[in-house]
Order: sequence, then C-alpha cells, then structure tokens
Amino acid sequence: MPEMDYIILLLGMGLVTFIPRWAPLAFLSRLELPQWLLDALDLIPAAVLSALVLPVLVTTGEPRVLSLFRPEILVALPTFLFALKTRSLGGTVVLGMGLYWLAGKIF
Amino acid sequence: MFTKRGRSLQEEKNRATGDWSRALRSGARAAWPIYLGYLPIGAAFGVLSQKAGLGPVEVGLMSLLVFAGSSQFIAVSMLSSGAGTSAIVLTTFVVNLRHLLMSSSMAPHLKQVGTGRLSLLAYGITDESFAVNHAGFAAGDWSWRPVLVVNQSSCCVWVLSTMAGSWAGRLVPAGAFGIDYALIAMFLCLLVFQLRERRHKVTALFSGVLAVVFSLLLPGNLHVVLASVCAAALGTLIMRGKNPSKKIRA
Repeated sequence: MPEMDYIILLLGMGLVTFIPRWAPLAFLSRLELPQWLLDALDLIPAAVLSALVLPVLVTTGEPRVLSLFRPEILVALPTFLFALKTRSLGGTVVLGMGLYWLAGKIF
Repeated sequence: MFTKRGRSLQEEKNRATGDWSRALRSGARAAWPIYLGYLPIGAAFGVLSQKAGLGPVEVGLMSLLVFAGSSQFIAVSMLSSGAGTSAIVLTTFVVNLRHLLMSSSMAPHLKQVGTGRLSLLAYGITDESFAVNHAGFAAGDWSWRPVLVVNQSSCCVWVLSTMAGSWAGRLVPAGAFGIDYALIAMFLCLLVFQLRERRHKVTALFSGVLAVVFSLLLPGNLHVVLASVCAAALGTLIMRGKNPSKKIRA
C-alpha cells in the first residue's frame, strides 16, 4: 500500500493541477466577457497548439538546444502539408507515424 | 395525468440516452489519436516510475489524481533524486499552469453547464483533450457530453496504460511503429484546423517562433504559456489596428 507521505504528495499535486483547470471554467463561463478578451481567447488554441508542437520539432536535449534537421521536423513538413490538403485527422496521424517509423530506419 | 407524466419522463430519459450514445460515438471517434498517443507515453511513464520504486497502485493513483503527463514525469524524476513534497508540488503547479489558458478558452463554449459538471470537465483538461474538444466546438455539433467522453476516456486510457507500463512496459520495444509520433501528428493536424483566418495564421506563426525562443531560454514547460499569451495579445492588437472600424469577430 502507498505510504501516507506519498498520498499527501499526490493530493498536493492533484490540487495545484486541478485549480488552473477549474477556476476559469467555473468563473469565466458565468460572466459576459468583453469583446477584446473573446478575440484574444479565440486566438489561444492556434497559439497553444503552435507553441506546443514547434519546440518539440526543432529543439532537443535538456537544457534544450536548437536542432533544425531532426527527423521530427523533416517528417512534420509532409505531415503538415497532408493535413492542409486532406484535413483528415486519422490520415495525418497514420501518415506521420509511418513516415517517422521510416525515418527511424533511414537515420 | 400520471401516465402522461410518466411517458414524458420516459421520453426525457430516452432522449438523454440517445444524447449519451451519440456523445460516446463522436467523443471516441475524436479521441482515438489521444488513446494511441497515451499508450506508449503511459507505458514509458510506468517503466520509469517502477525504476523509481513506485508500484502499479501508486502509479495508477498518481495518474488518476494528477492526470498531467509531463508533470508526472518530472515529479517521478524529482522523487528519485530525493526532492521534498513542497518542491515537487510547486514545480507541478508551474508546469501545469498552461491549463489556465485552455480552460479560459473553453469557458465561452460551456456557458449553460452547471458547476458540478464543469468541475468534472475541468478535471480532464489536458493539452490533448483541449485540442480535440476545441476542434469539436469549431466544427459545431459539440457539447459538454462529448467533452466529458473525450476527457474521461482519455483519463482511463492514461491511468490503465501507466499501470500496464509499470507491470509490463519493459516488453514493449521503444519506438515501435513510429507510435512516438502519434501525438505530434495529431497536434499538427489540429493546428491546421485552427488556421481559419489570417489572424489565426499570424498568431500561430508568432507563437511557434516565440515558443522555440523561450524553450531555449527556460527549462520546463513555461514557454507554452508565455508564447501563447504574447502571441494572442500581439495577434489581437495587430488585427485591431488593421480593422479599427470593423468588429473582428462576426
């Protein structure tokens, strides 16, 4: 059985993770938001997705360093174009995995 | 009177059941790349945790209570290097602060939902579920039910795959079938869905470049929040300046 210290750690981690997930939903969804904030929130998904994925493609290591010719970014280009052309999530995921697998064989 | 009421209750029940079965189908259809991506990451986390001395029950409990992949990896590596509870909790807080943005941008879509349900939805907000749900809202025909399906089913897959990893992760060869790329490819395609108008494209470009720069300067995940906020603010300002008379949002 897990020890008490570990349970307390998990409860702490769970709480500080839950609050940023919960507070905006609980409070912002009750308010009439000003237009500029709605405009900004409308841009957030594109911003977050781009900020999540681009560093993974062109940086490596810890601490991170720039690395522009990794299989990750080379595979990302055709995968991105495929997504633009087909707008198919399933197809893009399968193609990306296949190309990355191939890239692993080649590099 | 009684039968009429009984029937309308029954109809109400049937309608809710129909809503749920629709939500289960559309939620699972939207979320399968998440499941595919969580399996190897969860298994890897399980193996790592086992090496740090955690058993399957302890691993499963962490996945259930925290449900935030990167912060769990960091927590386990801090645990094995002997860090204290408060340091780990504080790091977890900083790493997961980015969900604040995702939760904020979900809020306008979930206005009619009660606080209890919102809390249940909030628990399952991750990078992945947020991206999938936002695509669902953008495409229309999305509500709290499929959001709940996406969030909680992803959580189940995460908990089970981390526990499985802690039992049998060593048997899975690293990098099998390019599965490590599943989440990256999913993010790329969901990003494409988000590039609707000029302002989205400009913002995404800003955000990506800023995130790369910040990620080289800062450890951890802080670059995601910083770059997203800066880029969204810049995008809003620039597009306002360009169309001062026109409302940006139709």
